[in-house]
Amino acid sequence: MITNSTDSRTGLVSRAYAWLDQRFKINSLVDYMGHKVVPVHGHSLFYYLGGITLFLFIVQVVTGILLLMYYRPGADSAYESVRFIVSEVAFGWLIRALHSWSANLMILFAFLHMFTVYFTHAYRKPRELTWLSGVGLLALGLGFGFSGYLLPWNELSFFATRVGTGMVGAIPVIGDQLLIIARGGEEVTGATIGRFFGLHVAILPALFTVMLSVHLIFVQRQGMSEPLEWQGRPESEKKFQKFFPNFLYRDVLVWLIALNVLALLAVLFPDGVGAIHWPLGTKADPFAPPPLVIRPEWYFMFAFQALKMLPAHVLFVEGELFGIILFTVGGLIWALAPFLNRKAQANQQSRLFFWFGILVVAFIIVMTILGYILE
Amino acid sequence: MTDVKQTRRSFLNYVLGGGALATLGAIVYPAFRFITPPPSGEANVSQLKLPFKRAEIEADPQQAKTFKFGRALGIIVVSESGELKAMSATCTHLDCTVQHRRDLGIMWCACHNGRYDLDGKNISGPPPRPLDKYVVNEVGEDIFVSREGV
Amino acid sequence: MRNQQNRRNSIVALIAVLMVLPVWSYAADDNCLTCHKDFEDGTGPSHLIAKDIHVQKGLSCSDCHGGDPVLNDMDDVRQSAGYKGVPDHLQVPDFCARCHSDATYMRSHNPSLPTDQLDKYKTSTHGQRLFGQRDVKVANCVSCHSVHQIGDGKLPHSSTYPANVPATCGKCHADPSYMAGYGIPTTQLDDFKQSVHGIALLERNDLGAPACNDCHSNHGAAPPGHESLAAVCGNCHVFQMELYDKSPHKAAFAKNDFPMCETCHSNHKIEKPDDSMVGTGADAVCATCHSADDGTRAFGVADTLASGLGRLVSARDQAKSALDDAIAKGMLTTDEEFMLGEVDQALIQARTAVHAFGTTEFLPKAATGLAKADTVRVNAKALIGDYYFRRKGLVIATLFITIVAVGLYLKIRRLG
Repeated sequence: MITNSTDSRTGLVSRAYAWLDQRFKINSLVDYMGHKVVPVHGHSLFYYLGGITLFLFIVQVVTGILLLMYYRPGADSAYESVRFIVSEVAFGWLIRALHSWSANLMILFAFLHMFTVYFTHAYRKPRELTWLSGVGLLALGLGFGFSGYLLPWNELSFFATRVGTGMVGAIPVIGDQLLIIARGGEEVTGATIGRFFGLHVAILPALFTVMLSVHLIFVQRQGMSEPLEWQGRPESEKKFQKFFPNFLYRDVLVWLIALNVLALLAVLFPDGVGAIHWPLGTKADPFAPPPLVIRPEWYFMFAFQALKMLPAHVLFVEGELFGIILFTVGGLIWALAPFLNRKAQANQQSRLFFWFGILVVAFIIVMTILGYILE
Repeated sequence: MTDVKQTRRSFLNYVLGGGALATLGAIVYPAFRFITPPPSGEANVSQLKLPFKRAEIEADPQQAKTFKFGRALGIIVVSESGELKAMSATCTHLDCTVQHRRDLGIMWCACHNGRYDLDGKNISGPPPRPLDKYVVNEVGEDIFVSREGV
Repeated sequence: MRNQQNRRNSIVALIAVLMVLPVWSYAADDNCLTCHKDFEDGTGPSHLIAKDIHVQKGLSCSDCHGGDPVLNDMDDVRQSAGYKGVPDHLQVPDFCARCHSDATYMRSHNPSLPTDQLDKYKTSTHGQRLFGQRDVKVANCVSCHSVHQIGDGKLPHSSTYPANVPATCGKCHADPSYMAGYGIPTTQLDDFKQSVHGIALLERNDLGAPACNDCHSNHGAAPPGHESLAAVCGNCHVFQMELYDKSPHKAAFAKNDFPMCETCHSNHKIEKPDDSMVGTGADAVCATCHSADDGTRAFGVADTLASGLGRLVSARDQAKSALDDAIAKGMLTTDEEFMLGEVDQALIQARTAVHAFGTTEFLPKAATGLAKADTVRVNAKALIGDYYFRRKGLVIATLFITIVAVGLYLKIRRLG
C-alpha cells in the first residue's frame, strides 16, 4: 500500500496483499488512500484532536472489557467487585485508573475537538452530516460517562446520580415518566444499576459504534477540511502533506504521547486529582443522609451550577424548566450550526457564530469554575 | 543511498521495532496478569469457601474457628450433636469477639458476659441483638459459608 | 285523644328509663373516680391513673383501698366493709404485699412476677429502718414505684425503667438536706453519671450497663459489702473476677478488709481504666500500696505488666501509622485494617489479664498481640512497597514508549 519504492517490503507482505486484492479488489481503495492529503497550516495541530479522542475511546473499550471480567452489577455486589478489582486483582488498580482517566480525558478532547471544528467552521458544506454525527457522538459519550459513573455504587456516585436523574423530572408532561424509566423506579436503587449497566456495556457501545463508523467514513471520504483563509487561493499556494505515511506517523506519535500521559496519570493519580476526584470511598447507603458536597462529574458541572443559580421562577416558568429549555435551545442552535450559519456556507467567517461560540465556551468555563468554588 | 545512511536507517528500524515490541509487552503483561484470577477468585460477598476443613475445627480445643467474611469476622463451631454452625463473631453489644463455650453449649462474650445460643440468638446479658446467622453447606471436604437470605 | 297521647308518652318514658337504667347502673358500679377526678388544680389521682399497670389490668381503686365502690358518699364509704383508706408511710409495704406476696393471687394475674419483694425489702437498709426504727424518711414501695402511675419496669416511662432508676434513687440519695443525719455521702448520682456505666446507660441508652439496682439489688437494696464486691462486679466482668480470685490480691485485700474491685476502680465513679494505672510510676495505682522493697514481687510484676502493655500499645501505634501511610498513598488495606482490629482484641485481653496480678496469663496475650501488630506493620510496608513498584513500572513503560516516540520522530523528520 505504500507506493514509496524506497521502502523495502518483505515478500510475505506483498504476497498477502496480492491474495487480498484478488478477492476484494483492494487496490483501488489502497490507491485512493495513498493519494489522501492533509492540509498544512497554522491550525494543523487541531487535526489530531479527533484522533486522540478516538484513541482514548479505544482505551476505554479495552479497559472496559477487562473490567467486565470482574465487575458484577447489583446493589449487593457492585461496590464489592470494584473493591476486589482495585485491591486483589493483579494490576486491577491500573485498569480501573486507566478507565477512569481515559473516560474524563476522552470527554475533554471530544469537547476540544468539537470547539476547534466549530470555530474554524469546518462543519460547513459538505461536512454538515459529519458535524451532526459528531454531536451525536458527544451526546453518547456523555451518556457513557453518566451511566458509568454510577456503576461502582459508592456514596459519591449514588448521590450524583440521584441529583442528575432528578433533573429529568423537571421536564414538563413526560418528566415523571422519564424519571421512572431512567431510574428503574421512583428512587435510585439496584434496579438503576441494572439499566445503567445495560446502557453502558451494550446499548451505548452499539449506538456509538454505528455513529463512529459513520463519522469516520465521512471523514475518510471527504478528507480534512481546509481552513477558511484558503478560500479562493490557488492550489499551488496550498500546502499539503501525504496522509500515508507522514500524517499517520505523526498521528501515531501523538497517540504514543497520549498513552504515556495516560499511564502517568493512572499511576500517580489513580483516584483523580484536585477537585476531579473519584476515590472508591464508602458503599452507597440510600438511607444515609447526603454528604455536604454532592458533585456531578466535571463535564456536567456547568449545567448543574447553572440550574442551581436559576431563581425559583423566571417570568411565569419554573426555574428548572427554564434552564432546561435554555439548554435545549442552545444545544439545538449548536447542533444545527451548519444549516443556520449562512456565512459559513458561503465559506466566510461569521462574526455572529464566532461570538455565540465564545459565549458558550465562556459560559461553560465560568459555570464550571463557579461550581467548584461555590461548594 | 550511502552505507552509513543505510546502517543508520536499519538501526533506527531495529530500535523502533524493539521499542514497539517492548511497549506492546508493557501493555500486554499487565492485561494478562489482570485476567489471571487471583487466589480468591471473586469478591467474596455472599459466599465463602472456608480455608480449613471440619477436622481442623474439631481439633480445636474449643471446637471453633474464626474466619474473615467480607469485612466481617465470622465464627464456625461444632455443636454437641456434631452439626456445624456459623455466625458473625462480633458481639452486638460493644463489638468484642465472641467465643464458643463447649461447657455451656453457648457462644459467649468475655467482655461483659453476654451469651448467645448456637443459632446466634442473644439469650442473656447486655447484647441487644442476635448475631447474624450464616448458612453452612458441606460439599465433600469443603465447607461453604453464605449469608442468610441470599 | 289526649288520653291516648298521654298514655303513649308515659310508655315511651318508661321504656326510656328502663333502657337507660342498665347504663345508669353500669356507671354507678365505680363511683370513686366520680369524686376523685382531677381537682381543679390537676392534683387528683385520676389523670395519672391511666398509666398505672394495675388499672390497665382491670383493677380499680377499691381493689387496693377497699370499701364499696358503688357508694358515692364518703362517710358511707368509710364505714363500708373492707375499707382500708390511705396507708401511712409505715403501712405501705404490708399494704402492697397483701397481693404482691400472695403467690396464689399473683399467679392468677401475672404468673411470672416474683412474690418475694417484701421479704427482700425486710433485709434491705430501707426495710430495716422502716420496720425497725419506724423511720418515715426511708424509701417504701411508692417512693420508687410512684403511687398511682406504677409502670411496667420494661417501659421507658416507668420510674423503674433501667435508665430512670438512677434518677429515682437520686430523688433522696442525691439530696444532701434530705439525707442529713444518715452519715452516708450524697455524691453517688453525680459520680455515677460521670462513670463508664453511667455514660453507657444514660447517654448511650445501653441497657446492658448497670443501674443502681444491678449492684445494690432493688428490693433488697444495700451496699454489696467488701467481701462480695468481686462477685457482684463479676456478674458481668467474669474474667476479671476469676483472675482476681486466683490472684494474690484476693487474700491480701481480704486481710486488710479492702473492698476488692473498688480498691482500684472506685465504686460509683468508675472511669475508663488507663494503662497508667498499672506500673511503678507515681500515678500508678499499684504504687499506692507497693514499693520496691515491700517484701513482695509486686513491684517487679507491676513493672513487667506496665512495660508489656506499653510495648503492645506502641507496636499497635506503629502498625497503625504504617497502615495510615499505605492508606494515604491510596492503597487498599481492608485485610490489614481487619488484622488491626485483632490487635485491639489482643490488647483488651492483655489488659484483662492484668487482674491476675502476675505474669503467667499476661505474657502470652501480649505476645499474640505483638505478633499480630508486627504482621500488620509488615503487610502495610509491603503495600507501600507496591506503591513504589508501580512508579518504577511507570518509569520503565515510559522509557519504552519514549524510545518508540523518538524513533518515530526521527522517521518523521527523515520523511521531511
